[in-house]
Amino acid sequence: MSHNAQNEHKPHGYYTGDIHNQFVEEHYDPTAKKIIWRTFWILLVATIVEVAIAFIPMHKELLQWIFVALTIFKSAYIVGVFMHLGKEKKSLQYTILLPFFLIVYMIAICLIEGVYLFHIG
Amino acid sequence: MSTATEAKSKSIWGGGISPFNVSWGKMFMWFFLVSDAFTFSTLLVAYGTMRHRFTDIWPAPGDVFTHFPFIHGHVPLAYVGLMTFILIMSSVTMVLAVDAGHQRNHKSVAMWMGLTIVGGLMFLGSQAWEWYHFIHGSKEGTYILADGRFARTDDYEPGKLFFWHNHQKTVVEGAEAEKLKASAVRNIKGANMTENEYGNTPLFANFFFFITGFHGFHVFSGVVINIIIFINVLNGVYKRRGHYEQVEKSGLYWHFVDLVWVFVFTFFYLV
Repeated sequence: MSHNAQNEHKPHGYYTGDIHNQFVEEHYDPTAKKIIWRTFWILLVATIVEVAIAFIPMHKELLQWIFVALTIFKSAYIVGVFMHLGKEKKSLQYTILLPFFLIVYMIAICLIEGVYLFHIG
Repeated sequence: MSTATEAKSKSIWGGGISPFNVSWGKMFMWFFLVSDAFTFSTLLVAYGTMRHRFTDIWPAPGDVFTHFPFIHGHVPLAYVGLMTFILIMSSVTMVLAVDAGHQRNHKSVAMWMGLTIVGGLMFLGSQAWEWYHFIHGSKEGTYILADGRFARTDDYEPGKLFFWHNHQKTVVEGAEAEKLKASAVRNIKGANMTENEYGNTPLFANFFFFITGFHGFHVFSGVVINIIIFINVLNGVYKRRGHYEQVEKSGLYWHFVDLVWVFVFTFFYLV
């Protein structure tokens, strides 16, 4: 009864109450808790795999690429589920994620520079 | 004219509504986190650049971070693995606090926020322990020989000297090792900003202190922010306000701290 009254008072969201007093839509997902714990297990298993494969003798460069892949895999779950970016609007997702292509470029040029500096001594 | 204005105000970028459907506070938390992510990226890229530059003398992290409380011997990666687990766990309790906030479950928010703070403090304690062992180093330290060679020792294998080059280890032991030790120019124990016993470059310790220190300071400030939010929750500030958006905003920062650690863990400790 009181639950319904509360829902009528605040239909699917809330006003921020600051000077802008924007209305923010809120979609409560009843399966949210299940998704949170599933994400926790995925992150935990990925971390255990990272530590475990460090002890498996294999080609060093292959191992490093597996580490990078697992790191991006883990960060996608943290940003997408925990930080809720997966459920935000496409425009906000692109605004946040696209700038990181600059970082990919920076990694490339800086590592090439590092290798070059090593060779010239 | 009036119809044109009307049509414009209906466009999502025409003002009056939030085009991203988030409050301005949450949006600017995201923009701050993007800029902070760039800062951490530059630090890690600088680390990678210098590691490639000094790849022949750079120590392997698996040979440096091998301590674990109450365990005698080398346990590489286990301790940082545990730290990662603690931070992921506190990220989970944070997101459960946000979830409880969506349900307007006042008591549940307070409980999960409290556990998040405990997780943050546990991580800070772990980091202090790791810094202590990194700074103090091994019992015997490293000998700098007259010819400039860098001879490491191992607490658990006394009497041996280890020479690393291009990730290949050469061992010298017995009388020859004693002779080299006696002729050593200098002995380095632990680490500081100018030298360290782990690798023949100060950069290794510099990057360790700066990157994990910068991240640790983020964890510290995150704990302080979480404590403020926790006190507000206990005082019923958000109950009266009718929503727990403030918990979501501090949650974004807290998850970001976890996210950065995932990258530090990979690029500082694993690779």
